[in-house]
Amino acid sequence: MPASPPPHAISRDAYRADFERLRASELRTEPEWLGRFRAEAMESFETLGFPTMKDEDWHFTSVAPIADRVFHPAGVASISPEQVSKLGLPTLGGTSLVFVNGYFSPELSSPGNERATAGVTVQSLAAALRDAPDIQSAIGLAATSTSSAFTALNAAFFRDGALIRIAANATAAPIHIVFIAANSEGKVSHPRNIIIAGEQSQATIVESYVAADDGTYFTNAVTEVILGDGARVSHYKLQSEGTSAFHVGTIQARQPRSSYYESFSFATGADLSRTNVYTVLEGDAAECVLNGLYLADGTQHMDHQTYVEHVAPNCPSHELYKGILDGRSHGVFNGKVYVHPEAQKTDGKQSNNNLLLSDHARVDTKPQLEIFADDVKCTHGATVGRLDETALFYLRSRGLSNTVARKLLTYAFAADVLERLSLAPLRDALEARVLERFTG
Amino acid sequence: MLKIKNLHASIAGKEILKGIDLTVNAGEVHAVMGPNGSGKSTLAQVLAGHPAYEVTDGSVTYDGRDLLAMDPEVRAQEGIFLAFQYPVEIPGVTNAYFLRSAYNEIRKAKGLEELDPLEFLDLMEEKMKLVDMDPAMLNRSVNTGFSGGEKKRNEILQMAVLGPRLAILDETDSGLDIDALRIVAEGVNKLRSPDNATILVTHYQRLLNHIVPDEVHVLAAGRIVRSGGKELALALEEKGYEQFAAGAGAGAAA
Repeated sequence: MPASPPPHAISRDAYRADFERLRASELRTEPEWLGRFRAEAMESFETLGFPTMKDEDWHFTSVAPIADRVFHPAGVASISPEQVSKLGLPTLGGTSLVFVNGYFSPELSSPGNERATAGVTVQSLAAALRDAPDIQSAIGLAATSTSSAFTALNAAFFRDGALIRIAANATAAPIHIVFIAANSEGKVSHPRNIIIAGEQSQATIVESYVAADDGTYFTNAVTEVILGDGARVSHYKLQSEGTSAFHVGTIQARQPRSSYYESFSFATGADLSRTNVYTVLEGDAAECVLNGLYLADGTQHMDHQTYVEHVAPNCPSHELYKGILDGRSHGVFNGKVYVHPEAQKTDGKQSNNNLLLSDHARVDTKPQLEIFADDVKCTHGATVGRLDETALFYLRSRGLSNTVARKLLTYAFAADVLERLSLAPLRDALEARVLERFTG
Repeated sequence: MLKIKNLHASIAGKEILKGIDLTVNAGEVHAVMGPNGSGKSTLAQVLAGHPAYEVTDGSVTYDGRDLLAMDPEVRAQEGIFLAFQYPVEIPGVTNAYFLRSAYNEIRKAKGLEELDPLEFLDLMEEKMKLVDMDPAMLNRSVNTGFSGGEKKRNEILQMAVLGPRLAILDETDSGLDIDALRIVAEGVNKLRSPDNATILVTHYQRLLNHIVPDEVHVLAAGRIVRSGGKELALALEEKGYEQFAAGAGAGAAA
């Protein structure tokens, strides 16, 4: 042990104290295996500590605003359906599961707290743990606790989230999981979601993070996606946390043969946010599409890291992340691709394009490809720039003013990614929102 | 309508136009031909107001007003249209949205009411027949994934919708096969009227078989070195541009 106190000692001590307190009270009646799982995770957290900028994965992002503060576990809060309707959530026409401060709210969810229709089960993870401990094997399957301080903290402290199970060959209508922060100044929640899609099943899941008020809170979310052979999952994450809030979200997917995973990350909120989207292509011809759009302004800091691990051969992976940064905001993108020697015929494409609207906005973008197979096609590209002058002139030559032309091209830059969303109601809602943001 | 006097223009410090004189009246079609590097496209873009070019001398009046003092969007609103040699792709903006915005800006400038999306759609369907385009392309992004011929037809479609008084076609025929050329030319011809005028910038004579010009000008090394009737274009086709390479000799009508 070093002689001087480790960095972020105060917050680490506070997390340990809160952990012990919870174990002795609200978590006292949990099954033994869960208690052990949490204890191991807590030890991992203490060993790892919060990352510093010396960590390669956090090279451009300081987590000091989170690590130097004490966040206590959020308590239950309630908000009215009327308040929820004002939060700008998209209407998707399927099941919705709503959590307030990380606790399931049956009154705000629809059509009910449990839905088992034609092989689709959508329920609160806490309820499932109480009623059917057979999911023990599913927790921690994909996102191992030891990988980072944040996933370790989530494993130690999670209370609830969505457990979605799609039986083999079943098709699920869109499922919307909503996390609302309310009265959560100085509080932290650790939502944990588990999505299990059986062989040849199809599912579309949207995860939204919104705030009912403007406090400084911390959301530390983990979502595990376990696909079966040939399963097709479209998974969209919308991060619209409060402007003073902090958000760290990790999505970990595992893909066997012929599976298809489409992920889209849309970020507009939080003072400091980091979204990780990781997938492992473990079976022949598994395919992933990882897209993202981040819109930053003011002094926001938005960080995205993707990681695609090609283990099996014949797998395509396509990534398109775009950022539009204004004000004094700071965007970060790190796209990691690892191609194992056996992963022949890998088709890996990665692009990150950034549009800077102001002189003080900045972006750090780092493609990171490690390729150990010799028969692959891998391309990567990253751009940071301003609006295309030729396109601007083209629009002005048709009568659009300079201001209108700039706004339209800015919208167009974002729309390029949005056009690729397969869920039509979500695509339309986001296009309208982005159009309003840039041309309103 | 348009009077260009002693126009000099440069890009990145290099002078391309070295004293152009040209007058275009309503109802006329003028062809501007010349070898590569003669400044044909530069002339077209300077007239449209491309910000990369600097006018260093001379004047251009449009209906008696100083054209060079107008921003590109003002020129468009005043009825000037440039069909680009290389139309720009704008992924994320549909053809419908773009055209409707442009159309409404020009209506606004004339003090007329804007059209809503449905009214505009009716207008579009009529115009699309002119250039033989599939209405489905309206929902696609501007020029994105279009072939060269489709991009050029899209330029003429825009022209049909916006109804300019002065249309400048910058090498609209380049890269087109015979069928595409025919469609483009028919579109341009249908839009001709005694109230508007067209400047065709072209390298090859074949477009002029379809769109018959009133006057042909030969541009070489930044100057108009010969002007004449449509027979001049045929002479060029036979003998080439080399006779004008030196840029000498004032043009006399053939």
